[in-house]
Amino acid sequence: MKPQPTPAPPPADAPPATTPKSPPPGAPVVAGGDRPSDEELLAARLVPLRHPGQWASAAVLLVLLAMLVNTLLTNKRFEWGTVGDYFLRSSVLHGLALTLWLTGAVMATGYLLGIGIAAMRLSGNRVLRLLSFGYVWLIRSVPPLVQLLFWYELASLYPTLTLGVPFGPHFASFRTAHLFSGVLAAYVALSLDVAAFSAEIVRGGILAVDRGQTEAAQALGLGRGRIFRRIVLPQAMPAIIPASGNLLIGMLKATSIVSVIAVQDLLYSTELIYQQNFRVVPLLIVATLWYIALTTLLSIGQFFIERYYARGSSRGAPPGGRQHRGLLAVARENLPLLGPVWSGRHQAGLS
Amino acid sequence: MTAGTARHPLVRVRGLTKNFGTHQVLSGVDLDVHEGEVAVLLGPSGSGKSTLLRCVNHLERPDAGFVEVAGDLVGYRHDGGRLHELRPRAITRQRARVGMVFQQFNLFPHLTVLENLTEAPVAVRGIPRKQAAARARELLERVGLGGRESAYPKRLSGGQQQRVAIARALAMEPELLLFDEPTSALDPELVGEVLAVIKDLAVSGMTMIVVTHEIGFAREVADTVVFLDDGRIVESGPPGEVLTAPRHERARAFLSAVL
Repeated sequence: MKPQPTPAPPPADAPPATTPKSPPPGAPVVAGGDRPSDEELLAARLVPLRHPGQWASAAVLLVLLAMLVNTLLTNKRFEWGTVGDYFLRSSVLHGLALTLWLTGAVMATGYLLGIGIAAMRLSGNRVLRLLSFGYVWLIRSVPPLVQLLFWYELASLYPTLTLGVPFGPHFASFRTAHLFSGVLAAYVALSLDVAAFSAEIVRGGILAVDRGQTEAAQALGLGRGRIFRRIVLPQAMPAIIPASGNLLIGMLKATSIVSVIAVQDLLYSTELIYQQNFRVVPLLIVATLWYIALTTLLSIGQFFIERYYARGSSRGAPPGGRQHRGLLAVARENLPLLGPVWSGRHQAGLS
Repeated sequence: MTAGTARHPLVRVRGLTKNFGTHQVLSGVDLDVHEGEVAVLLGPSGSGKSTLLRCVNHLERPDAGFVEVAGDLVGYRHDGGRLHELRPRAITRQRARVGMVFQQFNLFPHLTVLENLTEAPVAVRGIPRKQAAARARELLERVGLGGRESAYPKRLSGGQQQRVAIARALAMEPELLLFDEPTSALDPELVGEVLAVIKDLAVSGMTMIVVTHEIGFAREVADTVVFLDDGRIVESGPPGEVLTAPRHERARAFLSAVL
């Protein structure tokens, strides 16, 4: 860099071609007499813009948080002792087990159906497309609680079910009264509900994959099933997983609606206890803590699955080995409450 | 192939017609490409070059006319005066003999370079993975990308990606290679490396149909230059004739615009 000549040399002495760094005549140099020299500017320390408003609001929120923690600890009516007594009670754990396997079964069945419904929606056949659309429209329009009650009350709608040729002779019939227990009604109703929502998630994911990928695979002579499993689905996964994680966590909690038909899930098993001892709040806290624990585990699982499917993408982990991260970093990255890890985001942006 | 089939073209296109809605993209195109020949398709955008190319491996279904590759009807079976579209499996088998390279490369981003090259040979040809990997490494060496086998495509430059795409097509040992504007998505300084690979293939006797706007490349490498306009072939012949003394007015206008 050239040293700056003293301000305003006469234009005749310094033609612009020989001193390209000097300001043109009439430039803002003239406006302030005390313009700093280049040396001063180069030596000056950079001060980023401060955000006092953000710090003030953070402080207010911290105070509110402290008040919340304080009341949780000091208000005797939370009865933390009672919470501890019932947290590992066997009836609660049985309820927890039912919630877990019902969620698992509902999600597995729902997604199998959902992939089929998404495939129908993307097919070339107009009837299949319309049926798929109609199914999703109908199921999404009816609250899950209503669907649950419909299946539970199926016996009153159809006292017997018969097996046979449609509109023709039938071979066998069953009484529905014994067919749909509370658990089965819950399983069927929630599976059909998940099917509709997962179909939309899967369809969105598949549409997000560039058409050229399928064409390239076709041009290589890959079969249709292979193209879907090996080329399209893995690339659809980054779009499918976050929404599916949401759906899974939502469903984990939504299974609590089965308490209305007396299925002993996590929530209903605590309800049964507080209906006897009237310690409502501590027992609701027992259920809440379990739901929080399960959701946390699922969130962490989702983080790892997302990272696996990000391979090859510019946002993914760097090549040649994975970054090692502590559990805390995982939790911070993944739980919106705690905000992203700054360094982690920075690295991802650079890679 | 043998001397017996030498006079029979490897690719025969007759009366090929394709509509997109009410717009006729191809109107009765006839084209022969012989074995070992390089045909370059030129023409303004929207003239039907890419559609013609995509009909050759049935990525587009023609509305009339037919394409034959190595004596087999592409995508159809002739039976009782009708052309029945083949089942996906049969079309898949036909496509495996024809390689294609796309403008946007279309490498599989979630697979490494090596996996991009071995996927089809393993899945379609049933070649053992180890053998396919060895062959893939040879091909990467040939396109000047030895040692990049474990990179993901996104980490390569455009020119490198396109060379991987060419190697991927070669891994299926095709009888015919189709190039759909292979250098149009590249930065100018990367075009040369891709064209060099294609030239090298031409010298080795690979049969190719290339859609491109690189007139210099066409002049140097093509055996036949085919000029399309508005879905018809308006001029075709050796590059010396078509590129230096085009008879058709539309071809003259196009060439003077791009040169």
